[in-house]
Amino acid sequence: MQSGNPLLDHLFRRAGFGASAADLQAVAGLSYSAVVDYLVDFEKQPDDVDSKIGLAEYVSVTSRGQFSPSTNIDDARQRWLFRMIHTRRPLQEKMALFWHNHFGVGYSKVAGTLGNVVGTKMMANKAGDTPGPQGHYELLRQMGLNKFRDLLLAVSQDPAMLWFLDGRTNTSTRPQENFGREVMELFTWGLGHYVEADVYAAARVFTGWNLRSVAENGELAAAYQEFVYRSAEHDTTAKTFTFPINGGSNTIPARSAGAGLQDGYELLLSLANHPETARRLAGKLWNFFVSELEAADPAFIEAVTDVYLRSGTDMRAVLRYILNSRWFMDPGNFNARYSWPVEYVVRTIKEMGWNGFSVDSAHVPLTNMGQTLFEPPNVAGWQLGAAWFGTGQMLARMNFAAALASNQKFNLARSFSAAERAQPAGVLDGMLKRMTPAPFAANETTELLGYLTAGEPWTGSDTQMNAKAPGLARLIAGSGEYQFM
Amino acid sequence: MATRVTRREFIREGVAAFTLSFAAPAFLVDIARAQGAVSRSLVVIYLAGGNDALNTLVPYTDPFYYSRRPGIAVPAAQVLQIGADLSGKAFGFHPRLNGLQTIFNQGGLAIIQRAGYPNSSRSHFQGTDIWGTADPNNSAGIGWLGRYLDTLPSPIDPLAGWNTSGATYRALTGNNLSMPSITDPRNYSFASPNSGAEAIYERNSAIRLASMAGPDRPSLSFVNATATAAFATLDRVGSVVGYQPTVAYPNNGFAQALTTVAGSIVKGIGTRVYWVQTGGFDTHSGQGNAGGGAYADLMTTVGDGLLAFYNDLRNQGLLDNTLIIEFSEFGRRISENGSQGTDHGAGGLMMAIGGSVRGGIYGTAADLNPRPDNATLENAGGDVTYETDFRSVYARVLDGWMGADSTAVLGGNFRSNAPAFI
Repeated sequence: MQSGNPLLDHLFRRAGFGASAADLQAVAGLSYSAVVDYLVDFEKQPDDVDSKIGLAEYVSVTSRGQFSPSTNIDDARQRWLFRMIHTRRPLQEKMALFWHNHFGVGYSKVAGTLGNVVGTKMMANKAGDTPGPQGHYELLRQMGLNKFRDLLLAVSQDPAMLWFLDGRTNTSTRPQENFGREVMELFTWGLGHYVEADVYAAARVFTGWNLRSVAENGELAAAYQEFVYRSAEHDTTAKTFTFPINGGSNTIPARSAGAGLQDGYELLLSLANHPETARRLAGKLWNFFVSELEAADPAFIEAVTDVYLRSGTDMRAVLRYILNSRWFMDPGNFNARYSWPVEYVVRTIKEMGWNGFSVDSAHVPLTNMGQTLFEPPNVAGWQLGAAWFGTGQMLARMNFAAALASNQKFNLARSFSAAERAQPAGVLDGMLKRMTPAPFAANETTELLGYLTAGEPWTGSDTQMNAKAPGLARLIAGSGEYQFM
Repeated sequence: MATRVTRREFIREGVAAFTLSFAAPAFLVDIARAQGAVSRSLVVIYLAGGNDALNTLVPYTDPFYYSRRPGIAVPAAQVLQIGADLSGKAFGFHPRLNGLQTIFNQGGLAIIQRAGYPNSSRSHFQGTDIWGTADPNNSAGIGWLGRYLDTLPSPIDPLAGWNTSGATYRALTGNNLSMPSITDPRNYSFASPNSGAEAIYERNSAIRLASMAGPDRPSLSFVNATATAAFATLDRVGSVVGYQPTVAYPNNGFAQALTTVAGSIVKGIGTRVYWVQTGGFDTHSGQGNAGGGAYADLMTTVGDGLLAFYNDLRNQGLLDNTLIIEFSEFGRRISENGSQGTDHGAGGLMMAIGGSVRGGIYGTAADLNPRPDNATLENAGGDVTYETDFRSVYARVLDGWMGADSTAVLGGNFRSNAPAFI
């Protein structure tokens, strides 16, 4: 909903999923930079969102038997959507989404061999829900604003990543290049800073970074995979790169098998600490937080790179800097980003209403829009920006808006004051306090008003409101303006 | 080093260019017919992830194939023999490709060995982009199929191309057309929270709203144009839903996409270019060999799906009007890794299928002996070097099938040494 302060609305759309009444109440009276702190220092807000699942005043989930978000992928998807809608820590979920795209690990490959239960645990096990390590997304959620170098190391030893990029079978006799390549091409500095020989050397660095299967009591629900360093499978010879390792020589020296984990630490640290990695992340953050319509300002890239390097790769410092920066706060960059399908769905639910609606109903529409949580198309993540939009995907967005508006028909129809209901302009104004599209042009506003009186003159009767309020909500949520955020 | 680009740059160029030249007419439904009956279709099949060409088309007489792939080689006794290339090297298909063997034996399948380009990118993403732009030195900008569609008379029918995948590929991006992405025609409908006259008022408003943003708001116009194109194509796409194929297609996403393509060809909805993608080819581990494993399953999907499509089109009398071409972003490493898989390599394999195709094995095989003077290999004998420039295959398709001028679409003359498969 609109706060009346466009900058605050912008902040909640970008660093969250749009402001709810509860969000605005929590930050009432705070200065802008204090609201940024509220979002960035999210640990100060309670992580109590899961305890609200199933309560009446929140969006519903659909369970088939017991609701099992750590062992059933459909339930894991529902839990994540629920969190995005109702969290008191919007930036935490937002960064988890950002990293989910950055690290690009998908459920199907994992579950294809290990089965749905173990596969879901590997992606989404919440620490303590079931035995074994927390899932990939839980890790991203825990560490999303930590130091990038710590996040990179954790992801490199994350069972889902070791499965997805085949590190589990990387051994000294015949190294496996999949992770060694993508850690440079996609996770850190990108193409242009290394050659094929570096890929081969990186593959050898990570030999022995494998997985071990733990089966408890023969129960599938207790079985899991965990990281193991198999020193006997580690290539102990020296590895030479075309770039310096930790600012020193280009060579990771030969060392004993027992000390071989150090090879990986050194390479990951070198990559995480490199200015080119900082620049690449800064570019992605520009697109995610500032604008997809304007190329990144070189001054922004250098400023963010500087914060990143000085803070020892601290994403919390980086985010605090970006959200307080002149680029972020520039009104020219409001609504300058194409919403991702998940962002679109969550914001539409938050703004249109959820009473009696189950997030499970969003799964098929999200797939039709081109984004299934836990299932990026490949390790590079989704294609963003205008690439989200094609005829089929746009229809899926419009049809999701129709389904939700239909579900919320009476809530929408009864949400207007008597004064608003007195005339079409009042209903449109009321709806635009609730929904937050990019501003409509005058002819578009005229068209929306025309819709309200199409068929019969305006009376504001219950019957008329029952038809026109959901119709108007659908038109707004299905408009081009609403696809931007 | 190759040019570095970001997706955002690609998107921005695409949107800007698109909006400048795209004027969305109010009703586009009849444009396909106005542009004349379309008799020829091109179906482009992308095997995503880097297909292991050496286990698709097995050089079963090369001893180095076996010595370098002890765990994943297909035993000579199990390959589906299809004869030899001009150099006399014998080949057999992977045993799960009996569907392709059937098509090959009927003369409808051309295999182009060692397709690729110099200094092959071993990156999935840059590689796929290069196959899209058809320019090894530039992986940014619009794609070859988009550029072809741009050559059609304006206004271009929004259904001139049909992407059956949910993702956007560089090959499909053009200046004048945003290729519709329609994964399942059954979902391609327009819903309203109301019914009857109210639903129609709302739909009409939505259609008008989508036409209002001017060129001063290019990104908004772009998004609106996808809605406009959707409204304009609902009925034609809907006509495909009722298609009754003449054969039973396998029950997987690839075959279902091919069923949709067959349906729209049969219904004559005017589409010229279809894009079908099937993934899972990034087989770094657990690839398996003849008997099973991930790669065998992939071959079943490809072979059985294409045979069903081929037979369906033949039964409908449309095989002669359809050309299928297949590619992947690179071939894989010759030697297997320690995970019973293969890492990213270079030269790959293309195929062309159809009633007008001159079947056979084109090009000459690599010698898999990693000796230093072996010119058919690169990367210290690790990878197969390309022989046929993939752009010459594109040129053949454009000139010989689409009736276009390949030099204009590809930005150069790649006709020489093109395999004469059509």
